[in-house]
Amino acid sequence: MHFDAFDRYHEKESLLHKLDPRVKALVTVIFIVSNALLPDGAWLAFLLAWLFVLVTNVISKLGIGFTLKRSIIALPFALIAITVLFSIPGEPLATFYFLSSQFTVTDNGLLRFVSILIRSWLSIQMAILLVAVTRFPDLIHALEHLKVPAILTTIIAFLYRYLFVMTDEVFRLLRARESRSGGVAGGRSGGGVVWRAKVAGNLAGQLFLRSFERSDRIYNAMLSRGYAGRLYTLNPHDMKSYDYFATAFAIGFIFILQALGRL
Amino acid sequence: MLLSPAPLHIPDGFLSVVVSVICWGITIVTLYFAISKTNQSLGEKQIPLMGVMAAFIFAAQMINFPVAGGTSGHMLGGALAAIVLGPWAGMLVMTAVIALQALLFQDGGLVVMGANILNMGLITAAIGYGLYRSVSGQSKAVKLGVTGFAAWLSVMAGALFTSLQLWLSGTSQLNIVIPAMMGVHALIGIGEALITVFALAFIMQTRPDLLGEGSESAKASKNWIYVGGAIALLVVFLSPLASGDPDGLERVAIDMGFIDAGQEAPYSIIPDYTLPFLGETALSTILAGVIGAAVVAVIMVLVGRGLKAKS
Repeated sequence: MHFDAFDRYHEKESLLHKLDPRVKALVTVIFIVSNALLPDGAWLAFLLAWLFVLVTNVISKLGIGFTLKRSIIALPFALIAITVLFSIPGEPLATFYFLSSQFTVTDNGLLRFVSILIRSWLSIQMAILLVAVTRFPDLIHALEHLKVPAILTTIIAFLYRYLFVMTDEVFRLLRARESRSGGVAGGRSGGGVVWRAKVAGNLAGQLFLRSFERSDRIYNAMLSRGYAGRLYTLNPHDMKSYDYFATAFAIGFIFILQALGRL
Repeated sequence: MLLSPAPLHIPDGFLSVVVSVICWGITIVTLYFAISKTNQSLGEKQIPLMGVMAAFIFAAQMINFPVAGGTSGHMLGGALAAIVLGPWAGMLVMTAVIALQALLFQDGGLVVMGANILNMGLITAAIGYGLYRSVSGQSKAVKLGVTGFAAWLSVMAGALFTSLQLWLSGTSQLNIVIPAMMGVHALIGIGEALITVFALAFIMQTRPDLLGEGSESAKASKNWIYVGGAIALLVVFLSPLASGDPDGLERVAIDMGFIDAGQEAPYSIIPDYTLPFLGETALSTILAGVIGAAVVAVIMVLVGRGLKAKS
């Protein structure tokens, strides 16, 4: 597996790519908080927030539908909110039968359900764009600037760096299990569920030992290269006037959107 | 393929700002303690170790085993991380995993990340470690059995806290989301329990030195037993109480007069989470919860015994 197998970064020359990672992280979080603060059915504000997503997509030069295509991943979670359709009192809209129970959709329930989905859909698009225009190590570095404790950012940086190594390791283990699990076509092979769980558990134990031993080797290698407890970056991040302007513009837009959502 | 299905990752937009902020508060305070304790007891060597261990948990979540009908068992890893690395380091490792999943893969939201860390990282680690420590010095079989129970309960606790947060945010109805989440996770938790027990058994057999028995002071260890035990009890007591409260959908159903349309399940061992002979009282629902938990505990101890006999 290549070291950037998990990267979500898309190389482009755009204003968004050049923006300081702190600005991008901060604006993304503010945008998501703003979505969560919008009242149900604030259609104008939702529309403006969507416009914000579309405009940032265009500025990033990734294409206007870039985040739209990747935004369906949170959809399964919508199931959890489906109960609000029936549970908020209001005018009944439709009635249907499922598993021999009757369900009535109310207008208020529908309003709330759609609002939750829109909030989630807008928020996830911004999060997708954030990692598409920011290199992950830069993002980690930005978190450090934003006062996330160094021990946490360092662990995340290590996690990111060794993700593909450990994934390779787990794929080797899984491939080995598969090649040991030959069976007659159509016939049952292997033991019961507990036996299979035992095989999986042993794989996890094996993976733990390999990881542990690897971390030892990594530490020794780092020590011999002068590691003294913290990681350094070659990309010093300096806020430029352009970064301040972009922050002010984004926050101003979000404020207007909030105001319009409450009219 | 690369993203293990983890139905506890709440995306942004599903929790209200107030709930997100409260969860962040709890998470930040806990992490503050975790960081200061880790800085005290661990040297610089531990940072690469925790980083690689986080990658291990991430990769271990990809290990699956076929159960039936195309579904498969997985592991979240919170309990295992806390048992093998210690509670504070385990929490930091789980936090890193959840943060990376949210930042890089959008698996879980950013503003609700505090809640996700709390549900899947902190609570699971506290229960896993607390219950595991409560039997330190006991035989291997007991340890493994309790580990399995703790792993199962840690998943249930995560599901319960997720449900409560969704309910407090007005996203789900309490009396639907709790039985649904707890029901699904009672099964998912068995996968978690089995993988955790077998993984721990493997480590106990090959590298018992890594498990660092007695590396912690007796007092700290006792505190963890109380914390883990308290959360475990909370799960056992709160979930039947919460799901027994007839609000939301049921009230609408009563108002609109279609409550009778609901049909009884064909059969159930503990109907409506109550015991028939005690009637529909809170005591009855709590007892039903205790019995359910006890059954799982006994099964896990038996599995542990079986392992011991073979090894």
